[in-house]
Formats: sequence, C-alpha cells, structure tokens
Amino acid sequence: MGIAEQHELVFRARGLTKIYRMGQVEVPALRGIDLELFAGELVVLLGPSGSGKSTLLNILGGLDTPSSGEVFYLDHNLTEAGESDLTQFRRDHVGFVFQFYNLIPSLTARENVAVVTEISQAPMRPEEALALVNLGERLDHFPAQLSGGEQQRVAIARAIAKNPAVLLCDEPTGALDSQTGVVVLEALEKVNRELGTLTVLITHNVGIADMADRVVRLSDGHIVESRANPAKRPAHELSW
Amino acid sequence: MIAALNVLSALDRKLLRDLWHMRGQVLAIAAVIMGGVATLVMSLSTYDSLTTTRDRFYRDYRFAELFVNLKRAPEPVAERLREIPGIDRLETRVRAGVKLEVAGFADPITGMLLSVPDSGDALLNGLHMKRGRMVQPYSGDEVVLSDTLADAHRLEPGDRIAAIINGKRKALRVVGVAVSPEYVYQIAPGSMFPDFKRYGVLWMGRNALGAAYDMEGAFNNATATLARGASMQEVLDRVDAILGPYGGTGAYPRKDQFSNRFLSEELKQLQTTATIFPAIFLGVAAFLLNVVISRLIALQREQIAILKAFGYTHLAIGWHFVKLVLVVVALGVAAGTALGAWFGRWLADVYQETTFRFPYLDYLLNAGTVLMALLVSASAAITGTLFSVFRAARLTPAEGMRPETPTVYRATVLERIGLQRWLSAPTRMIVRHIERRPVKSLLTVLGISCACGLMMVGNYQKGAIDFMVDVQFRQSAREDLALTFIEPTSGKALHELAALPGVMHVEGFRDVPAMLRFENYSYRSAIFGIEPEGRLHRSLDRDLQPVRLPASGVVLTDHLANKMLHVKPGDLLTVEVLEGKRQVAQVPVLGITQQFLGVSAYMRQESLNELLHEGNVLSGAYLALEPGAEQAVYAELHERPRVLGMVANASAIRSFYATIGEFVLFYNLVASLLAGAIGFGVVYNSARIALSEGGRELASLRVLGFTRGEIAYILLGELAVLALAAIPVGMLVGIGLVGILVQAFESELYRLPLILNADNYASGAAVIVVSALLSGWLVWRKLGKLDLVAVLKTRE
Repeated sequence: MGIAEQHELVFRARGLTKIYRMGQVEVPALRGIDLELFAGELVVLLGPSGSGKSTLLNILGGLDTPSSGEVFYLDHNLTEAGESDLTQFRRDHVGFVFQFYNLIPSLTARENVAVVTEISQAPMRPEEALALVNLGERLDHFPAQLSGGEQQRVAIARAIAKNPAVLLCDEPTGALDSQTGVVVLEALEKVNRELGTLTVLITHNVGIADMADRVVRLSDGHIVESRANPAKRPAHELSW
Repeated sequence: MIAALNVLSALDRKLLRDLWHMRGQVLAIAAVIMGGVATLVMSLSTYDSLTTTRDRFYRDYRFAELFVNLKRAPEPVAERLREIPGIDRLETRVRAGVKLEVAGFADPITGMLLSVPDSGDALLNGLHMKRGRMVQPYSGDEVVLSDTLADAHRLEPGDRIAAIINGKRKALRVVGVAVSPEYVYQIAPGSMFPDFKRYGVLWMGRNALGAAYDMEGAFNNATATLARGASMQEVLDRVDAILGPYGGTGAYPRKDQFSNRFLSEELKQLQTTATIFPAIFLGVAAFLLNVVISRLIALQREQIAILKAFGYTHLAIGWHFVKLVLVVVALGVAAGTALGAWFGRWLADVYQETTFRFPYLDYLLNAGTVLMALLVSASAAITGTLFSVFRAARLTPAEGMRPETPTVYRATVLERIGLQRWLSAPTRMIVRHIERRPVKSLLTVLGISCACGLMMVGNYQKGAIDFMVDVQFRQSAREDLALTFIEPTSGKALHELAALPGVMHVEGFRDVPAMLRFENYSYRSAIFGIEPEGRLHRSLDRDLQPVRLPASGVVLTDHLANKMLHVKPGDLLTVEVLEGKRQVAQVPVLGITQQFLGVSAYMRQESLNELLHEGNVLSGAYLALEPGAEQAVYAELHERPRVLGMVANASAIRSFYATIGEFVLFYNLVASLLAGAIGFGVVYNSARIALSEGGRELASLRVLGFTRGEIAYILLGELAVLALAAIPVGMLVGIGLVGILVQAFESELYRLPLILNADNYASGAAVIVVSALLSGWLVWRKLGKLDLVAVLKTRE
C-alpha cells in the first residue's frame, strides 16, 4: 500500500450497505463495505456483474445514497447530503465516464466538453482537454461523426475538463473492441499520470487490472480482496 | 381488472398498458378531439333542435307562406285574392302600430297590434298560449300579449295596460300570454336589436281592433298559404296587381319575412360554426397523434421487430396501432359529445332566453350527429397516423432489432452566421433541436397558435359589438330619440317639436318602402331621406367619416350596392316606390356608405320629396334631448296623436347589452375551455415527446452535475421558444379566423366589423402562456423523477 498512504485521503467509506427494494423483494447490493481512496491513485474495482461495484461507484459519485453506513468525501459527509448538495458535489468534484459514453448528440465534441466547463469553477479549456486525449483534430465533429473509441475519449475529456478530484469510470471499455479499448485506457492513464486525478475504474475484465495502482475485488456485496499492484503495466501492453 | 385483462389477446393487453403508460398524452389529445367534437355536436345539435322546433312550430301553428301589407281595402277584396290560382288559404287582418303604457315604466314602448278572428280559430299564424286564454269573441278590451313583453314586465293575465291606438287611448285587459310563429324573433321596426321591454306584439279581436283603428269592414294586412305546386312569383304578382290600388306595399314570401329570415341566418351561421371549428381541432389532433404515434413506434421499434419475428403479420401490427388511435378518438368523441350536448342545450336555452321565442324547444341530439363526429374524428386521426403506422408495419424484423441510425445534427443557421459564441452549450442544444426538425417545429408552432386564434375568436364578439354600437349610435344614429309619425306629416311639425321643453335639436326624415332594381338584381327595401348635413343622423363612408349627401341621386350601404344590387357609383338605379302614387324613377347611385346593421338607401330629404312629387313632408324626426329631460319629453310625445312610435337609443343600447351578456359569457367560456384544451394538448405533448427523446441526454447532464433547473432550461427552453413564436403566429391565425367568420356571417341583416382590440390579442397570448406554464410545470415534476443510474447502464 506504499503509494497510497503517502497521499491525501479523498474518500472514506465505513460499513456501507445498500438494499434495493423491488416490490415485495429486498435485494441487497452492498453488505458492509469499508474503503479508503487516496489522491492520485488509479484503482480498479473488479467483480462479476451483480457484485455491487456499480452501486459502490454510484454512491461515491453522489448518484445514490447508501441504506446504512457513511461515506466521506474529504470532510464532507455524503450520506447526509441532500439532492442539491449532491448535484453540487458532482458538478464541482466528480468526473464521470460511462460505458455508453452518454454524449449529447446535438453538441460537437468541443461543445460536449464545454457543456461541463461552462458550469465549472476553474476548468481547463475544452480544446486543452480534447488535446489531452489526442482529439485536438476533431473538435467540431458531432458524436454521430465519431467512432466509439473517439466518443469515449470525448467523454473522458468532458470528465476531466473541470479538473475534478475524482474520475469515476464505469466499464469505460465495455462497448469497445480491445484495440480501441486500449487507446481509451491510455487516455485515462495519461490523465491520471499528468493531472494526478484519483481514478476509479470499474471492470469485470481481469486483464485491465494490471494497469492499476490498487485492485479492489468485490463479490456479492463484499470487498473480498484489496491489493496493491507493484507490477503496474502501461495500458498499451494490455490486451484481452 | 386482472380477470378482464385475461380475456384480451396479449397484443390488446399491450395496447391497454401502452395507453395507461402514456395516459397524460392520451388525455391531452383526447381533449383536443373533444374540443372539435364538442363544437361539432354543439352546433349541429343546436341546429337540429332549432330547425326541428321551427318546422314543428311553423306546421302546427300554420305559419303563412305569403305576407302583404296595404293601406286599406274593403273586406270583399279578400274574395278576389282567394280566387287567385295557387292560393290555398288566405286570411285578412288589421294591423296597427301602437304606443303602449305599462304602469311603472316611463320609457316609450311601441307595439304591434294584430287582429284575431272573432269567429273560430285563426286560419293562419296560430297562437300558442303559454298562459291564460285567447280573447273572447267580440270582447272589446281583451288582448293577448307576446311572451317577451309579458315576461319583461311581469305582466300576467288579469293585468291592465293601455294603448294609444290611432291617437286614442284605450284601456286593455291582458287575458293571455302567447308565442306566434310570425314573431319568433321580435324587433321593433327601425330598431337594431330586440328589446323585450320596449317592443311587443299584441293580439286583439278583429271587431274591437277594427273599431279602434277605423278599419271596420276593411283590412290592411293579409297572409296566405299556397297550394301545392303553385308558383310563388306568379301569386305574388297577382296579389300585388289586386292590392296596388289599395296601397299594397308589395307581397313577399316567407323567406323574406323578417323573423323567419333572421332565424334562417342564425341557422346558417351554426352550420358554418359546425364546419370551421371542428376542422381546426381535428387538424391539430391529427398532427398530435402523428407526433405521438411516431414517437411510440420509434420507442417500440424492437418490440415490433420481435412481434414480427414471432410471426405477427403487417396487418396485425398496423391494426394494433390503429386501435390505439381509435381508443384515443373514442375517448375524445365520448367526452366531446357530452360536452357538446351540454353546450348545445345551454346555447339553445340562451337563444330561447334572449333571441328566439318558441313555445317549446325540443333539444335533439341525433345519433347521426354523434356518428358523424365519430367518423370525422376517426378519419382525421387515422389519416394523421397512417404514415407512421405504415412504416411500423413495413419494418423488417432484422432492421427493427438494430438501433435506429443516429440523428445527424449540424451547425445551425445562427451559428453559420457567427452567433455561436454568444450561445451557451445548452442554448445551442435548444436551437439545434428546433432546427433539426423544422417541419415538426413549424407544426407545433401552428398547433399552439390555433389556441391563440380560437381564444381571439371567442372573445371577438364583445369587441365587435362594442364597435358596432359605437359606430351605429355614437357616429351614425346619434339622436337620443327617433320618432315616427302616424302618417307623412308637413315639415312644419319640426318647429313644434323643436319648441318642446328639453328638446335641443331636431332633424326630420322621410322614408318610403321601395323596390330597388339594377339589371336583373332587385331588393325590397326603403329609401331614407335625411338632411344632407345632419348632425344627428348621418351616413358614413369607408373611413367612418360622415358623408355629405349629394343633391340628387342615392347613396347605398356597401353590402346593398356590392353584394345585392351589384351597382357602382355612376350606375342608374330603378326605384319603384311601393306606397302612394307608386312612382318609378331612375336615380343615379352617387356614393357607397359603410353600415354594419341592416342595409339602406339614402337620399336628401328634399330629393326624396321631389321624387315622390310632394312638398316638404316628413315621416318622422330625430331629436337630441337635454340630459335629464328624457322622461318629460317621452311623456309629452306620448300624448301627441300624430306620434306613432318612439325609439330611445340609450335605453335600447342598455337593454341590448343586457341580452347579449349571456351570449358573450357563453362564447367566452366555450372559447377559453376549448382554446385551453388545444393549447395544453399541443404544448404538453410536445414537452412529453421532447422529454421522451431527450430524457437520456438530460439524465446524463444531471449526472454531470447539472441542476434540475438547468436541464429544465434545455427541455422547456425549446418549448418556450416555440410557444413564444406561436404568439404572433396565433394572432395572425386569430385575424384570419375572424376574417373567415366575418365573411361567413355577412348578410343583409348585419355585417360584423373586423375589429380586434388589445384585449383580444392579450387573451390569445394569455391562453398560450397559461397552457405553456401548466405543461411546463407537469414536465418539471417529471424531470425530478429521471432515473440517473439507469441511464448509465443502457445503450441508446
């Protein structure tokens, strides 16, 4: 855990549970999670579908609230935050990257980034963010004119342009072939390295875990393993 | 519910659930259809009711088919009339214009006293007794009152009134209250509007009236029915030939009979209403269904493909969506029929109350009307959705299971001209959404603008009537009192009138019934001779400026000149006087005047006297009175034997407003309700579709930290732009619709002015703003329920 402990504690979760109520049936998604995440880390959350990794990510990102337990972002207690506080939290501190990119089809690449920078405190310029993910050439293309990998890189640029404290990526390569996926991971790696943004990446793809500083494995709502990865490999060496 | 569902096929259950799922939109569209059906049912059922009631009343009470007035003919002349081939039944009467006195009412009341036979029932124009009884044969002082006058003054059988008949006061005893097919619509000669308090019809025994009016053994009015197959024109000509020497003023058929004519005009207007308004509503409903069904089919693309893969036929899929449309139509038609029937009943009551008096009103809602509403709505709705349904049915399963090709956006015109740096990204989204589907945006604007237009039409009447009253009474007929002499009188009478205390100014007039002919057009009317530069009674030009009457020649109301006689200034008009020596003269048309009520031909009084080969002779006079002197002048004139009738403008206007109040209220309410339905229907559906199409995008933005207000701006901003654009367009639609109405309702009885004031425009805009705010609020609530998590996990 060498790297982590030298850095500032960003997230601290204690005893998190989440139970979804579906009609008469209660479905537990998280059954007591304790987790700490540090600035600058690249953490991969690994687990099969239904293991609770997306629920955990959603709670960290302020999209959902736990049924019990506590989550702190720095000294903010997210568990007690109301809807508008959570909106403000997401707006100021969290960058999201989704499996299906979720770009706005009516806005160009540049504008998809601008839509976030326009409401941020101290963002970088959209062009800068797009250059960081090697899309400096395709600023004025609409999503429909971009490939899947390019769209995902626009999504990454959009997520980091506000200089967030944390970048949360939910299966960012899930909809991409392996070759394109690697390009997207390289972009995330670069952002993590150059900007020092805490990056949490969800995947069920074990191969991707090799690029992490730390790998957290979930199963059935529990953390079953949390290990540092001293043999971190660059994204371009990965394949699956 | 569950058990009921089990009986249905799986596809029908899907249909019900789809409907339930989009119930808000279903209701909004059904409301628009309801508006169309309601106006259709209201107009047609009222039309049917009035027509049926009229026909039954006319038949049961033997309403005459031919009418003629004359000066005086001895009774045996009637035998000659009865011998005319084609005459079935003919009845002679005595008809006398009278002044009435009702205790406790100081304004002048004029009346028409008609004789009823002393022996046996009237052959024609029977009376329906509402209260009391008929006059007893040979009674001297019994009268039956028209129910309008009786109701206005709360007169009951047993009450006493007085009449000045031929200059002599006669005490009368009310024995009954009745309604006559001849006076379904009652209006005093020379009046603009019905005034139940100041005009009434009375019936009296023939002997008593003959004695009071110096018409013993004589008649001055005849009515007749024609034998089957008789030629009306031939009979009219023969009647005129016989009665000419007796001062006959020209026989006329039922279609020209005033009450009947007015009723027919009103019925024609109901038919117009039954066409124009439902067409608008159903057009908008068709558009809405098209948009909603297209979206539904887009959302169900995969489901449709899967159903097809399972072996459902094109027809089954197409029929499935058609059924969905038909359910919406059925809801709209059911609600519209109920609402329309309620409106219809109300409207019929308002008519009965304020305008037309029937002994009964059979409110009729024909199955045919409902069926027609259903057919018209269903065909409009299905036409609107046919294309989308056809596309859904055509979709091959493999194609359907692939996602739709992504929408292609491009920079908008605004951006191409370099405005983009002024627009934030959310604003660009709004602009691009609108530009991406210009036709849909345009139709949405048009749909919303219909709400504005309809609202303006609903409120139009009030302003138009105010304007007509202003033009008529404050610019044209500015006299306080118009009085008619019992017969043409020397111009010297003016001095006598001017000398009365309280009279400030007097102007005389001469009028004479005349047939106006030009080429093969003719119109039976009257010629008015007035002072060329009168201060009280003036004719107005197109710009509503007073016209100085030319020394010779005649000036005609625009409608009479352009639409009826087809003459233009310079043409020679043939004037056949229908009274006295029955002169025929060629008179040049020298001008056209503007007038909203009735049609007239004006000359200088002296020119008319000259045409009639008479000296300075007057038919009546216009008076301006000192404020406060009215009652004293009425009382003074009431006593003068030569004064036949008086019409006081101020009280006429007041009573008119009292009677139209209910109409105005009715139309305002109907218009607000229906315009609201259409406005809400369009805006709400647009909002829901925008939410359905953009929900994923908006949820993504919420995840990125946009507040509910910020995403609402994107969604509702688009609608706000469309709604705002719809306001000026709607005002144009309103002007257009009012224009159509003005055209459609144009008749010789009145023409509506195309007048829209600030209130009209404001109400039109308000209906859009209110519907937009209401829809916006409902959608705002939906925005709070966006599923932020689901959006991350689903492919578009």
